[in-house]
Amino acid sequence: MARSYQDVLAGARERIPEIQVSELAELLESEDAPLVIDVREQDEWDEGHIPDARHVPRGFLESRIAGIADELDAPIVINCAGGARSLLAGVSLDEMGFRNVKSLAGGFSRWKQDGHDYTVPSTLTPDQRARYSRHVRIPEVGEEGQLKLLDSKVLLIGAGGLGSPSAYYLAAAGVGTIGLVDDDVVDASNLQRQIIHSNDRVGALKAESARQTIEGLNPDVSVKVHPFRVDQTNVLELMNEYDLVVDGADNFPTRYLLNDAALMTRTPLVHASILRFEGHASVFHPYEGPCYRCLFPEPPPPDMAPACGEAGVLGVLCGVMGSIQANEAIKMLLGMGDTLAGRLLIYDALSMSFNELRIRRDPECPACSDGAKLEFRDYEAWCAGERGHAEAPVSA
Amino acid sequence: MSLVRIPPVLRQAVGGEREVEVPGSTVAEVLDNLYDAHPAVKAQLQSEDGELHRFVNVYLNDEDVRMLSWLDTPVSDRDRILILPAMAGG
Repeated sequence: MARSYQDVLAGARERIPEIQVSELAELLESEDAPLVIDVREQDEWDEGHIPDARHVPRGFLESRIAGIADELDAPIVINCAGGARSLLAGVSLDEMGFRNVKSLAGGFSRWKQDGHDYTVPSTLTPDQRARYSRHVRIPEVGEEGQLKLLDSKVLLIGAGGLGSPSAYYLAAAGVGTIGLVDDDVVDASNLQRQIIHSNDRVGALKAESARQTIEGLNPDVSVKVHPFRVDQTNVLELMNEYDLVVDGADNFPTRYLLNDAALMTRTPLVHASILRFEGHASVFHPYEGPCYRCLFPEPPPPDMAPACGEAGVLGVLCGVMGSIQANEAIKMLLGMGDTLAGRLLIYDALSMSFNELRIRRDPECPACSDGAKLEFRDYEAWCAGERGHAEAPVSA
Repeated sequence: MSLVRIPPVLRQAVGGEREVEVPGSTVAEVLDNLYDAHPAVKAQLQSEDGELHRFVNVYLNDEDVRMLSWLDTPVSDRDRILILPAMAGG
């Protein structure tokens, strides 16, 4: 004997308790706020939803719930437009073992009718929804995360070995504003690893060449070209415009300058460096974790620190390390996962091994400790080994 | 014997090896034995008065020896020691 829709709904109502709009509104203000899952379709959600609700269309509920609710006894309230689909969704969650599921009586319509606050989300366009669909399908990212990326601003220092892959992936990921600092021009010897440039751009400014590639890849990204070297006169203003900085510089003076400026502006710094077959990566989160000078209080003398131009670098190593930087940047922009803050990742391409070292805030750190007097210095002279002269900081 | 990992810039000084086995029961002893076997390394890690350069980091397993007992940190058989100068390449 077939059961009618009304029969199925009545059965669901017996299994899943309902919660009234006024009770939910009160609970959401309290410390025991339940997780609200809105199971309506995309177009319904786009017109408005309960603040802090998570959107999972009914058809994806079972497959996506794992990334959203982890504990079976966590309180969950499901809502739809009128309170029917949410009951049926509740039965599904009940069958999956969730023990504390309620359905919002009257759904979002009654919530809105009764005058409770609701949020009208900024949304992806249909083109963006298609372009970023593989991101949106990841429960930890979703449409909300993608919108965050589109709203983010990342500054890349260097459009070279590390900057090429990191800029490329950040652009593909839809980071809305990418700043590129580089005063160099593309040379034929760059093309073995700097994949954002091409043969026909030899002689062109690297930042400009990278902008062209990015614009060809993703029209959502606004690229700001900064065709100069960062120095004490421009670094603070520049950093203040961005959410985080990806350090792909090729010299110590710039790296130490970036560290100090990141502390001054409290901008997170995603670090990587490369030589031959070896790469280092970390994240320096100002005053929350160690900084570059906690790790390396002083630069090595020039003969201990050959540049890639002298010592060589495996092209694909740049791809690995630059991609790790892009990965860390995206996680930080989305506020998810564990970054490399407090860890130095060492990659050895020859043995194909990844090692991690623990790095801690140095209580004596000359840059970020409590007693440190943080000022710009003459980084060029300092890194060239003119210690006596350069120890005296210079003013900005 | 502990295993000392040699960074790219020092490999020439140890005959191209990436890792060398070195005896010693403290970090200082291991370094001294490393210098005996490969004298060219010494000048790159130490100043003339025998102090380790500040730009050289030494890790025992995954911990900075500055956070342990510095050069007196005991070293056991099969510990891994890593010499880590900064790299600037990008």
